[in-house]
Amino acid sequence: MTVDILIGWLQQAIRFAAFIMLASLGELLIEKSGSLNLGTPGTMCVGAAAGFISVFYYCNSTEDPNAAIIILLALGVSFVAATFMGVLFGFFTISLRINQNVVGLVMTMFGCGLAEFLSVYFIKSESGNVRCQEAYDVLTAKIPFLSDKLGYVSDILFSYGFMVYATIALIVGMMIFLYRTRAGLNLRAVGENPGTADAAGINVTGYKYAAACVGSGLIGMAGIFCVMEFKSGAWATADVPAIEAFGWLAVALVIFALWKPINLLWGAVVFGVCYWAESYLPQMGIVISTDIVQMLPYVITILVLIVVNLRKNKENQGPASLGLPYFREER
Amino acid sequence: MNTNMTPAVTFRGVTKTFGDNYANKDITMDIYSGEILALLGENGSGKTTLMNMLSGIYYPDGGEIFIRGKKAAIRSPHDAHELGIGMIHQHFKLVDVFTATENVLLGIRGEGKYNPAAAAARIREICATYGFELDPSQKVYDMTVSQKQTLEIVKALYRGAEILILDEPTAVLTPQEADKLFSVLRNMRAEGKTVIIITHKLQEVLSISDRVAILRKGGYIDTVDTSSATELSLTELMVGKKVELEIERPSVKDRVLRLQVQHVNAFNSEGTQVLTDVSFDAYGGEILGIAGISGCGQKELLEAVAGLQKVEEGSEILYDDPKGKRESLLGKSPKQIKRMGISLSFVPEDRLGMGLVGSMGMTGNMMLKSYSDGRSLIAETKAPKELAEKIRDELEVVTPSINTPVRRLSGGNIQKVLVGREIASSPAVLMTAYAVRGLDINASYTIYHLLNQQKQKGVAVIFVGEDLDVLLALCDRILVLCGGRVNGIVDAKETTKEQIGYLMTNLKEENA
Repeated sequence: MTVDILIGWLQQAIRFAAFIMLASLGELLIEKSGSLNLGTPGTMCVGAAAGFISVFYYCNSTEDPNAAIIILLALGVSFVAATFMGVLFGFFTISLRINQNVVGLVMTMFGCGLAEFLSVYFIKSESGNVRCQEAYDVLTAKIPFLSDKLGYVSDILFSYGFMVYATIALIVGMMIFLYRTRAGLNLRAVGENPGTADAAGINVTGYKYAAACVGSGLIGMAGIFCVMEFKSGAWATADVPAIEAFGWLAVALVIFALWKPINLLWGAVVFGVCYWAESYLPQMGIVISTDIVQMLPYVITILVLIVVNLRKNKENQGPASLGLPYFREER
Repeated sequence: MNTNMTPAVTFRGVTKTFGDNYANKDITMDIYSGEILALLGENGSGKTTLMNMLSGIYYPDGGEIFIRGKKAAIRSPHDAHELGIGMIHQHFKLVDVFTATENVLLGIRGEGKYNPAAAAARIREICATYGFELDPSQKVYDMTVSQKQTLEIVKALYRGAEILILDEPTAVLTPQEADKLFSVLRNMRAEGKTVIIITHKLQEVLSISDRVAILRKGGYIDTVDTSSATELSLTELMVGKKVELEIERPSVKDRVLRLQVQHVNAFNSEGTQVLTDVSFDAYGGEILGIAGISGCGQKELLEAVAGLQKVEEGSEILYDDPKGKRESLLGKSPKQIKRMGISLSFVPEDRLGMGLVGSMGMTGNMMLKSYSDGRSLIAETKAPKELAEKIRDELEVVTPSINTPVRRLSGGNIQKVLVGREIASSPAVLMTAYAVRGLDINASYTIYHLLNQQKQKGVAVIFVGEDLDVLLALCDRILVLCGGRVNGIVDAKETTKEQIGYLMTNLKEENA
């Protein structure tokens, strides 16, 4: 009995972890280039709204929607829409060198508002609540055989949609990019010490823009991922604040993971376990106020920060020039 | 030197200006392969600017640069790499959390697949050729200053540098490390590379270089063979003839002991010793000048007195206040020290970095010193406003209003505000560093006049300056710092410019 509760808890945690992980991966890429993008929640909302609206229209316009087109539309449109947010962020912080915190917060407010506007404008439903079953089926398709024939192994490891595995593959890909390629080395140098990177002939502005755009795109994809996997393909204008809250969690997760992609994998699951604790703890006879339980991800992030700072290990710090604008030295 | 061969570097009439100031004016000189050239000059003589044009950081406003006989347009550090020019800056350009290998590989394009192992092997090869000691897998944050410098040089060589420029390479090294560096540089010369070192340490110039090029105030003076040069002849070329300035120097009346600095030792945040056994007295009614190459402890010395720099055990700073009470300044907070009548105005390179808030007006900046006066909850604004008006009128500060943000004022006016405010607190000891930095002649004379007024009032004035002519004309005594030590205290009326230049660049044996 308890085992079933624990497995159920873990499954929900992993389902939750997957899209938070993807959003964090995007944010991590941006932070590695030295930009602190607090626009993540807004970017996620824009990606979710744009992606959902495009598949919703497509599915309603045809009798027999094509699975490939649904995937392409959902992921492609959310990526492109979020990249637009990344370009804006880059223009303000990299080209105009406006304070990154201010721009980030504004981008979040703007993004949430834009997502709500798109939702109200395009989805002309009385309640604003709609669902896209076809898209849900396609985007949460499970891996055949592995997902149901292996008992507990299937339950714990293979009971999720293919996007979960794609996200893990992306994280592995990011690790290879950051630590095994010239471009990754250069990008990390830009985030650590842009002056040094510049003197070494690296195009600092180019790298920062590229990271902002690709990273935002990933965050946008996390938005549509969240709608499909977590909200079961249902959309409501009133859900935007919930997605925004997940965006903040993604920002916290980057810090929790100490800016290392590999830590996102298990860190996100820890966040997921905390998030679902309010539902599963009572089932196991433990009653704690939900408000306290929901604070857990932030509390452990703060604890990690305190411990890391006390240990003063240079390897576990964020990029040295994170949040700082770069001016080329000129007299 | 075979002068028939093509020079590795040729400057033809190279000029660079910053605003109205010439940093380099019409420089023409040749530098050859297989030689070590020392570039010698005082602070602000344009050595670093000239070399920055070679390494692509600045682009000349006029004139031409030829590399190996071919005209070159060096517009970026990348262009310089392509031409085989590598510069090792005073401030290392390294990423702390990267290994030596990763730092070397930074920004290199092409060269096939990213392969740190192969790069590490090549780094070992370079180290073996020239006699460096470097572990390719070591992280930069674990390295000593000397190791970081080695890494910078290896980085340049890895990129195929044939012309290597080192900006004051020994400033951060111990004598043993410096010797090691020199033997490496000689190995490079033997390999036919061109080595240029920027320095103002004469012993080093004489021991390492083949030829010495001398710059003064942005202009090219001469290039001499090291074998025919002496410390004295180089000093003369470096400081030039004395220029008579018409700065008044009221005679000293009623000298009173104000400040006794005894055996002060201090370290900076990187653990380097910046002050070594510094002792001197400052008297009310005189101006004590402090001369020295920049970064020889001037800033730390003033900050030690002001309570901003931590000093070591055994140091002592005593202060006799005008009422005749003697007190130690050690262990007092900067605020307490200020209250006791000791004031510091330090004009940093960027002027607004210390002392003034750029976005506030004159009144606001006056309040920075007086905000804690009075007992009411609301800050007193009347007195600061009157003070701002007084400074504006008396020092002829050109500003649309006393509420205009000070960063919109010109450099000279900003400095008048800063110095004016310090004087207004009627201190007993007035310390000022680089008070005339970047000012035009008239503004400079206003400041000199102000300092003289203070001196006549019986204030002990400590004036850290850059221009030797000004120090000689304004001050009563001059303390010369060299490498964080007092290398001599001389009477300004009797000394010569050469003597001070010599003290600045040659640490006396008994002091070393």
